[in-house]
Amino acid sequence: MLEKFIFGNLTLDAIPFHVPIIMGAGAFMALAVLAVLGTITYLGKWKYLWTEWLTTIDHKKIGIMYIILAFVMLLRGFSDAVMMRAQQAIAVGHSYGYLPPEHYDQIFTAHGVIMIFFMAMPLMFGLLNLAVPLQIGARDVAFPYLNSLSLWLTVVGAVLVNLSLVIGKFAATGWLAYPPLSGLAYSPDVGVDYYIWALQISGIGSLLSGINFTTTILKMRCPGMTLMKMPVFTWTALCAMVLVILAFPVLTVTLGMLFLDRFFDMHFFTASYGGNAMMYVNLIWAWGHPEVYILILPAFGIFSEVVATFSKKPLFGYPSMVWATIAITFLSFIVWLHHFFTMGAGANVNAFFGIATMIIAVPTGVKIFNWLFTMYRGKITFSVPMLWTTGFISTFAIGGMTGVLMSVPAVDFQVHNSVFLVAHFHNVIIGGVVFGYFAGVTYWFPKIFGFKLNETLGKCAFWCWIIGFYLAFIPLYALGLMGMTRRLYHYSAETGWHPFLIVAAIGTCFVALGVAFQIAQVLVSIKNRKAYRDVTGDPWDGRTLEWSIPSPAPFYNFAFTPEVSTRDAFWDMKEKRAQEGPVTQTPIYQDIHMPKNTGTGFIIAMFSGVFGFGMIWHSPLMISVGLLGMAVTWIARSFNFHTDYYVKAAEVARVETQA
Amino acid sequence: MSNKGMIQWRNVLLLGLTLLLSGCDMVMLNPKGMVAAAQKSLLLDAVGLMLLVVIPVILLSVFVVWAFRSGNINAKYAPEWAHSTLLETIWWTIPCIIVGILAVMTWFTSHSLDPHRPLKDTGKPITVQVIALNWQWLFIYPEQKIASVNFLQMPVDVPVRFLITADAPMNSFQIPQLGGQIYAMPGMGTELNLIANTLGDYRGMSANFSGDGFAGMNFIARASSQEDFDKWVASVKKTSKPLTIQAYKTLAKPTEEGPVQSYSAVADGLFDKVMMKYMQPGMEDLGEKDTSQTKDTVKDTTAATANEER
Amino acid sequence: MADASTTLGHGEHSHHHNMDAVDVFGFWIYILSDCLLFATLFAGYAVLHNNTFGGPALKELFSLPYVLLETMFLLASSFTYGLAMISMYRSNRQQVLGWLMITFLFGLSFVVMEVNEFVKLYMEGHSWHSSAAMTSFFSLVGTHGLHVSMGLVWMAIMMFQVAKYKVNPVMSRRLTYLGLFWHFLDIVWIFLFTIVYLMGAI
Repeated sequence: MLEKFIFGNLTLDAIPFHVPIIMGAGAFMALAVLAVLGTITYLGKWKYLWTEWLTTIDHKKIGIMYIILAFVMLLRGFSDAVMMRAQQAIAVGHSYGYLPPEHYDQIFTAHGVIMIFFMAMPLMFGLLNLAVPLQIGARDVAFPYLNSLSLWLTVVGAVLVNLSLVIGKFAATGWLAYPPLSGLAYSPDVGVDYYIWALQISGIGSLLSGINFTTTILKMRCPGMTLMKMPVFTWTALCAMVLVILAFPVLTVTLGMLFLDRFFDMHFFTASYGGNAMMYVNLIWAWGHPEVYILILPAFGIFSEVVATFSKKPLFGYPSMVWATIAITFLSFIVWLHHFFTMGAGANVNAFFGIATMIIAVPTGVKIFNWLFTMYRGKITFSVPMLWTTGFISTFAIGGMTGVLMSVPAVDFQVHNSVFLVAHFHNVIIGGVVFGYFAGVTYWFPKIFGFKLNETLGKCAFWCWIIGFYLAFIPLYALGLMGMTRRLYHYSAETGWHPFLIVAAIGTCFVALGVAFQIAQVLVSIKNRKAYRDVTGDPWDGRTLEWSIPSPAPFYNFAFTPEVSTRDAFWDMKEKRAQEGPVTQTPIYQDIHMPKNTGTGFIIAMFSGVFGFGMIWHSPLMISVGLLGMAVTWIARSFNFHTDYYVKAAEVARVETQA
Repeated sequence: MSNKGMIQWRNVLLLGLTLLLSGCDMVMLNPKGMVAAAQKSLLLDAVGLMLLVVIPVILLSVFVVWAFRSGNINAKYAPEWAHSTLLETIWWTIPCIIVGILAVMTWFTSHSLDPHRPLKDTGKPITVQVIALNWQWLFIYPEQKIASVNFLQMPVDVPVRFLITADAPMNSFQIPQLGGQIYAMPGMGTELNLIANTLGDYRGMSANFSGDGFAGMNFIARASSQEDFDKWVASVKKTSKPLTIQAYKTLAKPTEEGPVQSYSAVADGLFDKVMMKYMQPGMEDLGEKDTSQTKDTVKDTTAATANEER
Repeated sequence: MADASTTLGHGEHSHHHNMDAVDVFGFWIYILSDCLLFATLFAGYAVLHNNTFGGPALKELFSLPYVLLETMFLLASSFTYGLAMISMYRSNRQQVLGWLMITFLFGLSFVVMEVNEFVKLYMEGHSWHSSAAMTSFFSLVGTHGLHVSMGLVWMAIMMFQVAKYKVNPVMSRRLTYLGLFWHFLDIVWIFLFTIVYLMGAI
């Protein structure tokens, strides 16, 4: 009775001691965590960690932590990918490979969930945090404390997913967990519950970030920066955040309904009792389709910044770019049905959604031409961010083409659910989103850390990634046409798929090499940080406001709130300075009003983790502790009226002259 | 990298390339029925149309990047040039035209290749009721009053009307060489009209993940002459046992890589009852109480021997 | 839950660089996202409300006069909240507290009546697991009820804080948030009452 109250359904049996792969992975993760904790203890950095990082509400530090989370999760998600590729390369005919189906099914589910929610999303929010306030000349985001809460909720979601590896299991349903397969009848164990609560908790974090950044961008731009003078990255960020606000509540409700079905025996999506699983498919894609644009739009923004900077020209056709982005934002809400033409809707419905989908190709095509013509008559330097951008353009053209192809319903009937589809979305997500975010990280790295990343290793990483990508995914297009469905842990030899899957596995090895180069790049750059130091604050000869302040950016961002009158504000400042000569007058600094650090966000998120874990295992104690903990922390915070302070002018002067 | 490694590596690439070019197994590009053939030609037309833009874009991306590299001192540099109404009109217009053409194609083919639509000018269709089980396929021939499991036979050049449901999580019914797929969902009926125009055995499968046994959820779709089809029906009627409600319940238990089976007769309205099981209260037992709980073990052994045979 | 964090969180330093407008704008966006949350639940209700799986139609289960009384309580609470805001602008702490208390009691009566309705339905064997229609009814109305309950907790905290501190700018901003939230729930209820109860009764 007491055990049930404390632990719910959790017993020692939940830990799969008999599965060496899982125990190995679990032991590795435990060792890594212990190593990190041990190092912190050894260096005596606990206090530093708490005051400078866990409680920070500085958007730049929050951005850094998002990006660290994203890269750690990239390694986890990528290991899943390697395991899948290895399994499919050997599990043919009489060989059933090394993964039983129940394990393989969890791996592809975890791969999708981790890559979208805990790799791409944190990387996106990380880059937004790093760049948006600096680009619009703001001190911080609109709600700094909320920002820290968002981060820690995302972290808790990621921790829950990884916990499922060792305690219990993860969902084995595919990354969108379609019912009735994800319902109690077919998935009675905790896998889907882990899925629900990991996404629910991190999803609330994303929603809060969406509110936060929309408010920041709309309300906190520096004087003179009208909407049509905003940097394009900020524009795409704004559109993506509007999508977050409109789409994530739908995800919250959809997962909430699935939870009610499973926890309270309700019948939203059950096969029987009048439930309607097709409603789940509609709802989840009403979120899911905007979600892919939430990821790709900021990447488009990064490419726009990078291509203009490294071509030494303003972005070609800025108004076109902005309107194209807005058009995509709008269209992304009326195309969700193209994910399930095969569910049996009528020809009119299918044709409508198919045509709406292919219309998205128009603004996207316009963007590609504008990027090309930004480079045309430019002076292109091939720094690493620019390499990612050029790699993106041709890769994305192919991915876009196969996407439009699948928007034709009659064609989709054939290639839907095949690995052709898998190849398509990896083509646009790796070739678009991932390349874009890598470009963004390399581009803004010096602004945040004060030194550049090693170029040579970055270039090696790029070439490995792009070669690996083509080797891994072009065969999948062919396999799709050969009738190979996705999510197969085994297939028969007559299909003739085997050689292609070997090539794909080799491609994965190249990507792995690319990842290794990236790790080396970071390590080598940290070691040589003095040599790579950016003393000017403007290492790429940039065009927007973030390059007008020293690197690394001071914690208050701008000593003086900038005023702008043109699009490429900093570029014009530089030109003016070249004409008029440098400012000789000593600046008179003023006190700066800043919010204080707070642990509230971190503590609430930790309690939400306890709550989520309790819900997964049906533990009354953990549920109550989690809920009460969250509520009490929130309420306690509302009695604290000393949440801000002033940075003295003298301190500002000291920091500014030091830089 | 060693020399030997290089050679092996090249061999693998060459092998891949040869397979890619020969297209021997590209089932979707090698259709055996008019629906799949129409889908294939639509696919190729759409790709061709889009390559009109995609190829220039890729060439342009290589050319521009190379021509305007900072090292090329001969290249013209126009640091302020960021707008041209003419150029932007061109590249708003071209994608619009292509998407416009594609949209017209989409509208017409969505209707002509609508899975619900009976095939034109092909004669009287036969009906096959398809039930996706965990993880097997049951095919009921209501006109012939027989059933088969994990094996589908149909006469060549005769259209087949598939009525599809599931007594399992969502699956998708697909025979790539005959045409596209449609979902199989519990408590829901969907329809797919296909035809085989060439004799042969074609691979059929579930295309939508449905659990642990999903990978083995394949079947053979055999297009035979009308004569052979009739013979097959007759032999099934003679040699097998009937598919009673009890037998169905046993069959519906989760089975991975189940054997090919056939049934000489089918309980009345079985397909509708399986749909009703999810739609009406009191139909969980398909209108009949399950009396034999011992069948499980019997079933498992048949499945096991069948697996060995495979 | 998002609402509380938005309010309690930040903006204590607002008077310094005109953050009030920014904060309230952020809260409006939160309201917008909560609107979408309800819209999705309404969509679910629209799809499922006829799927009674052999059970009685929903309209047979409701007592309109009862729900009308419930509605009146909620509408009245919105009105009295408005009076509390007027008192706040006059910086009359006692009056603010008085109206908040009355609002609280109206809100509480609404929640109690709703819970009572739920319990009655459950006892009569019409629970959330008897059919998809009941599922969609309980979760839509219940989500609204949960919002109102959280609003009540919030209101209790506000009463305590207004009593403890003066009516200062921070308090008035928080009362503005709570007001937005409270009136928003009223509007949602009007939709709910119309679509679930009135249209159901036709």
